[in-house]
Amino acid sequence: MSGGHSTYTPKTGFGRWMDARLPLPRLIYDSFVAYPVPRNLNYAYTFGGILTLMLVAQILTGVVLAMHYAANTELAFGSVEKIMRDVNSGWLLRYLHANGASFFFVAVYVHMFRGLYYGSYKAPRELLWILGCIIYLLMMATAFMGYVLPWGQMSFWGATVITGFFSAIPLVGDWIQQLLLGGFAVDNPTLNRFFSLHYLLPFMIAGVVVLHVWALHVTGQTNPTGIEVKQKTDTVAFTPYATVKDGFAMVVFLFVFAYFVFYMPNYLGHPDNYIEADPLKTPAHIVPEWYFLPFYAMLRAITFNVGPIDSKLGGVLVMFGSIILLFLTPWLDTSKVRSAVYRPWYRLFFWLFVADAILLGWLGSRPAEGVYVALAQLGTLYYYAFFLVIMPVLGLIETPRRLPNSITEAVLEKNKAGSLETQPASQR
Amino acid sequence: MFLHALGAVGLGLALATSVAVAQEEGATPHYPLKKPEPQEWSFAGPFGTYDKGQLQRGFKIYREVCAACHSLDMVAFRNLEDLGYSEEQVRAIAAEYEVQDGPNEAGDMFTRPGTPSDYFPSPFANVEQAAASNNGAAPPDLSLIAKARGVERGFPTFLFDIFTQYAEGGPDYLHALLTGYDETPPEGLEIPDGTYYNPYFISGPALAMPPPISDGQVTYEDGAPETVEQYSRDISAFLMWAAEPHLEARKQTGFTVLIFLVLFGGLVYLTKRKIWAELH
Amino acid sequence: MSDIDSTHIPEHSRRDFLYVATGMAGAFGAAAVAWPFIDQMRPDASTRALASIQVDVSAVEPGMSLTVKWRGHPVFVRNRTEQEMQAAQETPLDQLKDPVARNENLPADTPATDLARSAGEGKENWLVMIGVCTHLGCVPLGQQGDFGGWFCPCHGSHYDTAGRIRKGPAPENMAIPTFEFVSDTVIQIG
Repeated sequence: MSGGHSTYTPKTGFGRWMDARLPLPRLIYDSFVAYPVPRNLNYAYTFGGILTLMLVAQILTGVVLAMHYAANTELAFGSVEKIMRDVNSGWLLRYLHANGASFFFVAVYVHMFRGLYYGSYKAPRELLWILGCIIYLLMMATAFMGYVLPWGQMSFWGATVITGFFSAIPLVGDWIQQLLLGGFAVDNPTLNRFFSLHYLLPFMIAGVVVLHVWALHVTGQTNPTGIEVKQKTDTVAFTPYATVKDGFAMVVFLFVFAYFVFYMPNYLGHPDNYIEADPLKTPAHIVPEWYFLPFYAMLRAITFNVGPIDSKLGGVLVMFGSIILLFLTPWLDTSKVRSAVYRPWYRLFFWLFVADAILLGWLGSRPAEGVYVALAQLGTLYYYAFFLVIMPVLGLIETPRRLPNSITEAVLEKNKAGSLETQPASQR
Repeated sequence: MFLHALGAVGLGLALATSVAVAQEEGATPHYPLKKPEPQEWSFAGPFGTYDKGQLQRGFKIYREVCAACHSLDMVAFRNLEDLGYSEEQVRAIAAEYEVQDGPNEAGDMFTRPGTPSDYFPSPFANVEQAAASNNGAAPPDLSLIAKARGVERGFPTFLFDIFTQYAEGGPDYLHALLTGYDETPPEGLEIPDGTYYNPYFISGPALAMPPPISDGQVTYEDGAPETVEQYSRDISAFLMWAAEPHLEARKQTGFTVLIFLVLFGGLVYLTKRKIWAELH
Repeated sequence: MSDIDSTHIPEHSRRDFLYVATGMAGAFGAAAVAWPFIDQMRPDASTRALASIQVDVSAVEPGMSLTVKWRGHPVFVRNRTEQEMQAAQETPLDQLKDPVARNENLPADTPATDLARSAGEGKENWLVMIGVCTHLGCVPLGQQGDFGGWFCPCHGSHYDTAGRIRKGPAPENMAIPTFEFVSDTVIQIG
């Protein structure tokens, strides 16, 4: 996968034999051992590894849950409860899988915000970024369909509402909705196909992850300075330096994950999903899972018609548009400087954007009434303005701070400042 | 530090809006009218365990009171061993129930005494019958009720709940509901016929279930007070067990896992420092 | 010089110890995580709870059989006729392909006499066995084959009237599960 020159030399006879026929050890060595990474990567850069771990964990727990799950409206709810009650370690596997989805999104959001902060989407990494966006889209589809499988009230009504998005499309909307549902409402055919796709999509994610890593290894990582690698001292070998750092970050992440799985397993879920789906009764207050809340808030923020576009279609367009903006980001940012570290104004607007996303998330969980709607409209406006106004304009008018000449120089400067502060401690 | 300042601004903004919203509300009422009081539960916290005596009392209440209308579909008699009953006692309890089986060779369904592998029989043949016998409101199954009910905690309490490990919203709600019948409705509130005012009810001002239990109705053999307050606590604990029978195993496993992760994390951290220290 | 050595070597071994300890902790963690994934494949609690059933045999006259399902397998309960019992009792043990009784209720090395295959003294007419051919798991047909017992159509195994393998590829007599007469007419299997 590495675009660089291979330094692998097989040491054994078997190694040479293998290398001449299927150079898999060489590929692994070049990609995950000798592969050079910038030496100044901070812990925000460990989430790629964490995401890989979560994808593997979700696939493994998912595969074993599928051994006990029954994708049938009559049986689904009971089969999930059977997993929780009777299957050996079933409660653990299901709580791992359910909370794993949430923590997958925790990690992906940190990963994405890190990319936005350090300008990881800029040339020559546009495709790398777009592949990431595709993974994110696939993750959303997978998570949504997975949430339908327990066949609780939120599963059912979530599926009803989200497939309802497509009915907003003029002319062909109803036809598309029926195509998705396999009927006129969410029912057994829907559950069956969602199960099938929920099982399929993670493997497609894994496929795109391979492309994502491939693209990454062609261009190399960005780093907090945003300066490209120029000399050998700018980098360290992936193994052991990055692997052990990633490993430590994974353990810390797993600690938080385990805390939720074992002590708060239902905190991120919704009580209504412990009620079996009832097509005749909508829960008083339906909300999606937390990781969709910002988009849900934007969907509901459009309460007015714009010309020929009614509020329903408008909401759906705004919601999907908010994700399309991510795909366009590499071309929306006009700044020559990559990292927000050297862009004081961008940094301000970036953190406002993070706050805006959190605010939208909170608003998505509130009932759509009163001041919440107005706030959601403001939040949506800022979300769009961040990409469509701030990013292009700021790049042209902002004066960036002085950039260091190289990564090594930046690290040495930082170390000097650091060792001055911590002089007594270093004399142990 | 800029981040901190920003966080403070965001928090302030959110607080301000939540206050504003609270004042603006009143047009559409939000239920429940009153939030449940958090109670002390033996199964709360990282080392929580079920109080077997309490579960047995709660089970007695289920059998003598709730079971007249509410099913407990997902609980099997064999599960009662968790409550501290021996295998023989469970066999005896199961045999007190008539369960439907069949068809026999003649193709007919028949009833026989229950065995430990049977599930609690439902008081009604189906949902329609349950609704017809109860003024159109079918009593919900109780197997998962303690996890299927939870009153929103609101901002910022829901954030603190992560650190206090508050996960007892279900039993708190059930306790509040069962002890909440004797309050008088506020002036001007219309209570529909055939429903009973209860400010703790999660989806309206009143519910179709009449006050289900009164002082002294169920006899306790272990000397626990025979009051509605005590009954409510015991049945809520029993229903929490019914909804989450592996809670103790979960918390105990969790403690081991977290200790391991701390130790392992420490080792990985030291390794990481050693490896990076060689780099200059 | 010696000073340098004495500080240098322990530093090295301490580091090696750290790497080994971290690696072992990681391996232990991975193994612990693997367990639930294996554990979930075992029969679950509801399946295990169904491990014993009671069968009413009051209506089973001599020469009649009853087939019940236990742990997903057919169990043959046969009330044998005098002729069947006699044929089985008169068979010399050295003609048996499998000389062991294969009866869960008796010690593992009990010889395959007709009594050891039946429900015991006073209940010799009753034969309770798992109706699964010990070759590759098909269900044999009753009262057929060269010995008037059971015949497995899949690969041609012949069993006698005590369910003992006499001819064909099957290696063992048909298995007798744990069972007991809880009353004169009710058998509990498992």
